[in-house]
Amino acid sequence: MTIHAAPHSVERPTGPDLEPGTSLWQDAWKRLRKNHVAVASGWILLFLAAACLVGPPIVAGTWGYDYETQDLAYGPRPPTWEHPFGTDFYGRDLLTRVLYGGRVSLTVGFLAAAVAATIGTVYGAVSSYAGGNVDSVMMRIVDILYALPYMFLVIILVTILGKNLVLVFLTLGAVGWLLTARVVRGQVMSLKEQDFILAARSLGTRPGSIVFRHLIPNTLGPVIVTFTLTVPAMILQEAFLSFLGLGVQAPRPSLGALINDGASQMLVFWWTLAFPGGVMALMLMALNFLGDGVRDALDPRMKN
Amino acid sequence: MQSETATDTVLDVRDLRTYFKLDEHVVKAVDGVSFSIRRGETLGIVGESGSGKSVACLSALGLVPRPPAFHPSGQVLYRGRNLLGLPERQLQNLRGNRLAMIFQDPMTSLNPYLRVSRQLTEVLEVHKSATATEARRAAIAMLERVGIPDAARRIDNYPHQFSGGMRQRVMIAMALLCEPEVLFADEPTTALDVTIQAQILELIAELKHTFGTAVVLITHDLGVVAGTTDRVAVMYAGRIVEEGPTSEVFASPTHPYTLGLLESLPRIDAGPEGELAAIPGLPPDLAHLPSGCPFHPRCSRVLDRCRESYPPQVVLSPTHSAACFDIEVAS
Repeated sequence: MTIHAAPHSVERPTGPDLEPGTSLWQDAWKRLRKNHVAVASGWILLFLAAACLVGPPIVAGTWGYDYETQDLAYGPRPPTWEHPFGTDFYGRDLLTRVLYGGRVSLTVGFLAAAVAATIGTVYGAVSSYAGGNVDSVMMRIVDILYALPYMFLVIILVTILGKNLVLVFLTLGAVGWLLTARVVRGQVMSLKEQDFILAARSLGTRPGSIVFRHLIPNTLGPVIVTFTLTVPAMILQEAFLSFLGLGVQAPRPSLGALINDGASQMLVFWWTLAFPGGVMALMLMALNFLGDGVRDALDPRMKN
Repeated sequence: MQSETATDTVLDVRDLRTYFKLDEHVVKAVDGVSFSIRRGETLGIVGESGSGKSVACLSALGLVPRPPAFHPSGQVLYRGRNLLGLPERQLQNLRGNRLAMIFQDPMTSLNPYLRVSRQLTEVLEVHKSATATEARRAAIAMLERVGIPDAARRIDNYPHQFSGGMRQRVMIAMALLCEPEVLFADEPTTALDVTIQAQILELIAELKHTFGTAVVLITHDLGVVAGTTDRVAVMYAGRIVEEGPTSEVFASPTHPYTLGLLESLPRIDAGPEGELAAIPGLPPDLAHLPSGCPFHPRCSRVLDRCRESYPPQVVLSPTHSAACFDIEVAS
């Protein structure tokens, strides 16, 4: 403390939380950790992601086959020690295929949701902060896109751009940002009337900085929630595209494509549907529970 | 008394009008306000809620949303430059740099998601192109100056880790970082405890002295005005009804509204049986102002002329004037 502070030092710092960095985010993190279902879901997701990442090479190293190694003489057989998930019609190891497919699904889900969240957040925040006619025009565009059937748009884009994995998640994301844009716009509408935005403007803060530094961080709670709920939606949509033959192309598997194959032969070879379906269900359930947990943790009314 | 030279006048507001165009009618929030302020001077603007005090200051900084607001006339001259016609980009360069503002509620005027350090250094980075290290050092020095103990550590806290009075100190630090020439303080103590109020006012006075800042202090608390301002302007329904040196206005208030305000102050020497005086009626609806002097329906000295036209400024002394027909007749 310096001599300048002396006349004013009557007022003592208050509150027990003097540690720097007890931010609202850390508060939310603390609350999330108390939610056992969400924590368990998080671990399941981590386990699935790790398995999908390192599983295929381990299987390849141990038993010497990858997702496209066929063994037509062996054919479709139920689970054994050698093939824990069984084999498919061409004698390919289903465990490898499910892990590889999970890798595709998780990547597509997270990347598409990230693309959607980024576009939606920036679009919604800019639209709302600009206000007036700019806002009206930008939001009418969203309304028009909303009015078009979502899958129809995706199918058109995939047909035009080609059946490429990168393009699939870009396409899904580019079409899926509408909800995020609306959520963020609503948030910014109320935030921009807050005193701290007026205060920031009164200090000469540039509009770009107001949008990106002051407004968007304040909307991240709802954005994260929307994100966690978008990921499973994107995975399902990729599955649907693969189901239609527009997603990942054979022989590369995705969970959706595997379920599609499995569904057509489920009465004969039950394991070709049960294992991919089970993994997909587990993944989606974990994502949804985690999303719910994040939403609760970020809700200020749930504080402690 | 300082000598009145042209360079001494930092801000000169002339016939400022801020109207809001709503669906059906026009709300005249500020309707022909003129005042000027010199270096190191404190001007108090008093008035009831809705008298246009805050809008006048926000207009000067270009912070009222246009539309719906518009300025049918007026100039806000900062060192000879009219701020009202200035492009937004140039206004941004002045705001927080040469002209700054602090707000009523310190609980809501800091961004809850950003560390205080970030919010303080941003000002310097924008206006002074300071590097991160320089900005941080300057910010810590300013926090110490406004009386935040252990500033070097506290600067990394989030706003919710500060009390109300502390947050207002942080706001003041933020506003003064670039050593502005004019500081608009919009009811800076209204949301604070009485003891903290005194400290904050003392702090503003002290910093004004150090930096030579001109302070426009908006308040509805006459006690605050009496204690801290050099001159006072009393606003009613978007106009200044009386203006003069604080001591003179308090010693010899002339406008009936100023008189009413001063009489309605509770007095500690009046005893418990003393009745609390009040101005009858309510402040007018700015969308439907009464004809003539907007105060006439509540005025005890109303003349016929008051209902027809707005009274002119009556000069009572070189520094003291009031807008009232009754005074014009008397003098």
